[in-house]
Amino acid sequence: MASDTIGIYGLFTDPDVDKAREHFRAKSRKMVNKVTTVREAVERLVQDGDYIAVGGFGTNRIPTAVLHEIVRQHKKNLGLSGHTATHDCQILAAGDCMDRCDVAYVVGLEARGLSKISRQAFETGKVKAVEWTNAALAWRYKAAAMGVPFVPARSMLGTDTATYSALKTVDCPYTGVKLAALPALFPDVGIIHVHRADVYGNCQIDGIMVSDYDMARAAKRLIITTERLVPHDNIRQQPDRTVIPYYCVDAVIEVPYGSYPGNMPYEYFSDEEHLKEWLAAERNEADLRAFMAKYIYGVRDFNQYLELCGGLERMQKLRNQEFLLNGQGR
Amino acid sequence: MSGEVSYNSMELMICLAARNLEDERTVVVGTGAPCAAAMLAQKTRSPNLVILFEAGGMGPLLPSMPISVGDSRTFHRGLMAASMPEIMEACQRGMVDYTFLGGAQIDMYGNLNSTLIGSDHQKPKVRMPGSGGANDLASLCWRTMVMTVHNPRRFTAKCDFITTPGYLTGPGAREAAGLPPGTGPYKVITDLCVMGYDKETCRMQVESIHPGVTREQIQAATGFELLWADHVFATDPPTVEELRILREQVDPLRYIIGRSE
Repeated sequence: MASDTIGIYGLFTDPDVDKAREHFRAKSRKMVNKVTTVREAVERLVQDGDYIAVGGFGTNRIPTAVLHEIVRQHKKNLGLSGHTATHDCQILAAGDCMDRCDVAYVVGLEARGLSKISRQAFETGKVKAVEWTNAALAWRYKAAAMGVPFVPARSMLGTDTATYSALKTVDCPYTGVKLAALPALFPDVGIIHVHRADVYGNCQIDGIMVSDYDMARAAKRLIITTERLVPHDNIRQQPDRTVIPYYCVDAVIEVPYGSYPGNMPYEYFSDEEHLKEWLAAERNEADLRAFMAKYIYGVRDFNQYLELCGGLERMQKLRNQEFLLNGQGR
Repeated sequence: MSGEVSYNSMELMICLAARNLEDERTVVVGTGAPCAAAMLAQKTRSPNLVILFEAGGMGPLLPSMPISVGDSRTFHRGLMAASMPEIMEACQRGMVDYTFLGGAQIDMYGNLNSTLIGSDHQKPKVRMPGSGGANDLASLCWRTMVMTVHNPRRFTAKCDFITTPGYLTGPGAREAAGLPPGTGPYKVITDLCVMGYDKETCRMQVESIHPGVTREQIQAATGFELLWADHVFATDPPTVEELRILREQVDPLRYIIGRSE
């Protein structure tokens, strides 16, 4: 099978599936209660230098509480899978937690504009960037979830996105077609916010999965935050709804409104005002420092952050917005 | 009659884009103007157009403009709340007809830059978001369309970075790179004109000129030499009905059509 090296960079993560098998061989299959606190989970499962992957999609179903805690604990030199990492990337950049990133989509918050602090992290060279695409990262998780060193795909080819990646190509042994060989991505830590989980970590997600089905399986360690902890029997009654099985999961934390200020499907809409406040605070250093001191460093936990952001009254408004009860759809 | 109707350039571009979306086809859109164009198409000539979003939304009955490509609206009363792999694999299988993309720069072959301005990849002058799903969609969907304002900074002789493939370096380049045959740039809809691509050279070519715009004006707003179709048409302006539906049903709060760009 002929192959070519296209990308000029190396990989941040090891695609060696046999090493991954050894890791997963040692991973516990015990069905034990994994409920803990965000603080304990981050202390135990996120180490300086780890490569992390964040579930959801930028400002949708994101595990905000864990990201804040990573900043609060001053974790350093993290690698980030930038699969539409928008508010998540912004939080980690503001906390100066990253030194490398597989970029598919970062620094922007979609139509809301660019995050200055995220931009700076890349423009100063502080964060080393290797380019990919959203599908490439999604399929890199898939290769890892399948336990194979790469999956072939027909994207990225011919562009600078490929040149400034770590991509190699292969010729198909059956048809001769040239294919991008997307290397398996096994993050050290995956972090996903879900709608429901039991104490063992069996999870249900409502709405779009984005790429979390494969990311949950690819991650060596997995932290789950959940809107609600549910009785184990609820899982047993609807096994077809389980999208992440317990044995993938290392910690479970109940965090109501855990995707705030992001959107949580069928629960609450994004808080556009607060996201604007974030972007505005980044315009100068003093404002950002004050903002971070107020909302992240100065709070005990995520509940206190929610209180600062308007508490239940605010959440109620966002719930109404999610269900289109304000007549405007926003 | 139609000459009497007034509209802004965003309304014009959205109406023209909508006319390029045939019924009973599939289109992947982002937020903003492309989403408005797809919604308008559904409410006019293409009621059975199926809208897809890269994060997994499939066939929503959009109650309003989504803010994010992955927010709840993107699968509101949809056919399926799917996943990124589901949508991207549908594109790769050849099931998706259109996509709309944008960028800070576009060259004569329709290559797009949404990654950086500058020359040092590790220390760019301006870091932009990157490909997101754009490279994938332009590689895998059959027809790629671009809606953008027309100025020489955007229509550049050379992109600082080719994030997303157009015809790359010209005829045969996509196929040589390994991209699926038969895919590629289709239309560029701007505030001055509608362009397609010359079959032989794969270069951008003006097909129709908007009311009140001259050839000189279009070339002056373009950083490379444009080609002109044998028959360059006068753009049919938006109809009263298109504008009514756009303003009353698609974007009543003027999130998109109220933008100056």
